[in-house]
Amino acid sequence: MEKNRFDMGDIDIAWCPGCGNFRILQTVQETLEKMGKAPEEVVFVSGIGQAAKTPHYMKSHFFNGLHGRALPAATAIKAANPGLTVIAESGDGDMYGEGGNHLIHTMRRNPNITNIVHNNMVYGLTKGQASPTSRLGMVTPVQVHGVFEEPFNPMAMAIAMNASFVARAFSGHPEQTGEIIRQAIEHKGYALVDVFQPCVSFNKMNTLKWFADNTWYVDGSYNPTDRAEAFKTVTAEGKFALGVLYVNERRIPFEENLPAYKRSNTPLYMRSPDREKLAELIATRK
Amino acid sequence: MINDVTIVLGGQAGQGIQTIEFILARVLKRSGYHVFSTKEYMSRIRGGQNTITLRAADRPVSALTRHIDILLPLDPGILEHVADRMTVDTVILGDAEALSLDRAVLDAPISRIAREAGGKIYESTAAVGVLAGILEADQTILRDYLRVYFRGKKPKVIDQNCAAADLGYAAGRKLCEDGSLSYSIARDEKTADRILVNGAEAVALGAIAGGCNFISSYPMSPSTGVLTFLASHDDTFDIVAEQAEDEIAAVNMAVAAWYAGARAMATTSGGGLALMGEGISLAGVLETPLVIHLAQRPGPGTGLPTRTEQGDLELALYAGHGEFPRVIYAPGTIEEAFLLSARAFNTAARCQVPVFVLTDQYTMDTYYDIPEFELEAISVEKHIVETNAGYQRYRLTEDGVSPRGVPGYGSGLIAADSDEHDEDGHITESMTVRNAQVDKRLGKMELIMKDPVPPVLTGPEDFRVLLVGWGSTCQPIREGLERSGRTDTAHLHFPQVYPLPHQAQGYLEQAEKVIVVENNATAQFGKLLILHGGREPDGAILKYDGLPFTVEELADAITEID
Ligand SMILES: Cc1ncc(C[n+]2csc(CCOP(=O)(O)OP(=O)(O)O)c2C)c(N)n1
Repeated sequence: MEKNRFDMGDIDIAWCPGCGNFRILQTVQETLEKMGKAPEEVVFVSGIGQAAKTPHYMKSHFFNGLHGRALPAATAIKAANPGLTVIAESGDGDMYGEGGNHLIHTMRRNPNITNIVHNNMVYGLTKGQASPTSRLGMVTPVQVHGVFEEPFNPMAMAIAMNASFVARAFSGHPEQTGEIIRQAIEHKGYALVDVFQPCVSFNKMNTLKWFADNTWYVDGSYNPTDRAEAFKTVTAEGKFALGVLYVNERRIPFEENLPAYKRSNTPLYMRSPDREKLAELIATRK
Repeated sequence: MINDVTIVLGGQAGQGIQTIEFILARVLKRSGYHVFSTKEYMSRIRGGQNTITLRAADRPVSALTRHIDILLPLDPGILEHVADRMTVDTVILGDAEALSLDRAVLDAPISRIAREAGGKIYESTAAVGVLAGILEADQTILRDYLRVYFRGKKPKVIDQNCAAADLGYAAGRKLCEDGSLSYSIARDEKTADRILVNGAEAVALGAIAGGCNFISSYPMSPSTGVLTFLASHDDTFDIVAEQAEDEIAAVNMAVAAWYAGARAMATTSGGGLALMGEGISLAGVLETPLVIHLAQRPGPGTGLPTRTEQGDLELALYAGHGEFPRVIYAPGTIEEAFLLSARAFNTAARCQVPVFVLTDQYTMDTYYDIPEFELEAISVEKHIVETNAGYQRYRLTEDGVSPRGVPGYGSGLIAADSDEHDEDGHITESMTVRNAQVDKRLGKMELIMKDPVPPVLTGPEDFRVLLVGWGSTCQPIREGLERSGRTDTAHLHFPQVYPLPHQAQGYLEQAEKVIVVENNATAQFGKLLILHGGREPDGAILKYDGLPFTVEELADAITEID
């Protein structure tokens, strides 16, 4: 088999054996390769956490910034150079906890980026505290009496915010996950892909088997452009729906609304200020 | 004969003092007078007491005076508000009847004139006319300017504004001819070509000149003017201007924009900067350039939102965890605000460090006529390299600066990592690599130190007493020192406060007495002098009530130094 261009080769990886991150990493690499993307045109943006280390294991540009802050960074990178394929990838604690405010506003802005969230329903790197998506009753060293706060529902919030692409996948199903991620990257606008993933070290409640048993796929009869239906699907009691759950193709991506790109798509690094116009502007102050 | 007149316009928010000042300042300048203007206002949209101080003189004036020659109160409450600025010579001008004060008012029938011209809405223009008449501004220039100012309005409205100004002008002249008032300011034909730009505009224009093409910020007084200015010119200069959801997003956007090749800035005030702390530290470890404009207002907490202070020098100095170099500029003049804002982008790009432009409310809201900015003196230094396969973002180099590539320019991959990293930009916990990267980052300080903005000395070179200031105290100290008449005292102004420029050393050693002058309560720059200049100040002139220093109070304080 031809070597994947996004593959780093033999490197030391800081994940636990059996971690769902491995599968997601591989799926993303294969998807990009299949799509014909080159490492030089892709920027991975992440926060901090075990999932957020993903870009280090991927041959591409990357911006591994602060815990919770991947989305504003990814938005800015896309706005500074719209020709780049920008993928923001981090954990559920990072994206839904520390970065919650940015999540809301990135959905409003709708930059043409893909947001992959490794959702293991727990804080991995900091050793097992509850995350915003932890299920009720999960006992942790901090939530000693069990989680009693309502779990965050990223799908419902995204649909409520009219996010332009909302999907859920499961690391245990690489083929379907790859297809969902491909659609997300191809989508023009902000695309959220929440990927269920087991944490073998700290989440004994939501295991690989648990995810397999508690999920189902929407099929061809499902209409992802029906917002009310989508909202109903993601808020229904019981098993979690997987697949592309909501799509709104009518929203204009952030960068396309920016006056800086009305005349040309030249990235900002190639530009220089128009001195003549600056001199004219200054002269109006006489 | 008075050749330097201080006019104070006072009123409630929404009463129109801003319109009066805006038109009058421009008409006076075009008529050959040098002008200065600043404002102080309450944190509310309507009501309250707000004043604008306007100076008109026969020579360039650039600092706030305490005394008032002419007070135009649109609201009786203003008298108490400015009580400590009134002297026996202060003339209160206005509608004697409407104001009904127990002090003598020189009657300028503004409301009657407005009514005659067509209605109450012409009161502001009538007031402009009266003041222009008193100062004998050029009436043709006044009429022409009104036509420009009100362009787009119905012809009838424009004509009635001109009529109000004419009637006001005549009334103003009459007050002078009656002998009630007499001012004589010699005209300087050079003022016509000079520009009126306030601090906020100077910072924004300087940023554009320095190649700024990205601003992400969250509104906060008094820093917002820079954001609105850049946003309102985004299509002319192809600037990406985004109102972020908070200051955390703002700074992270700015850092990432630089990573992708933009030249980005965030503008904020103290509370916002506090939120940006982690992002500033991020720029430190990623070694991305970053420009932050910090317009100070009094804290702690929400403090006095619309007032001025120099209380955040130490915040700018220490914001962000960990150890990494930074540069802090503190413009003291409008020209410096322009030049240093432009320079901030080049310094940030050259040294790959966060650069602060530290201003305050007083700077933002102050303007005076200055020569047109010289754009030729400014170049946009990108400091970007085309990369090859095998490119290392954090390659160890002699001066600590690793050539900066950006995604998409060349075949290299650009790895930026907030963890401690190796030369490739990948996470490491090797202590050897850690030491090498820390040394590399801190090593850039030497590069920064090589090319500082030197302090500026005014006054006698054989001084005994040295007044030390930074940022917006520059002009009031200069004029205060001049007025004090002291010949043994000089003033050293620092447009760059950190790192302390090496040129300061000789001056500090020569001084028998160093007195710091600061718009804060704890002499923050004085502390920096002890730490980095090895010189303990011998005294401090401090002010922290939320208002800027006036020329008179500084002249008094300087006179008292023994
Ligand atoms: C400002 C800040 N607060 C806290 C942390 C510590 N921290 C690092 S990762 C993390 C949470 C990780 O959980 P998640 O995002 O779900 O990722 P995972 O490790 O499970 O993949 C926390 C709290 C940090 N790095 N920065």
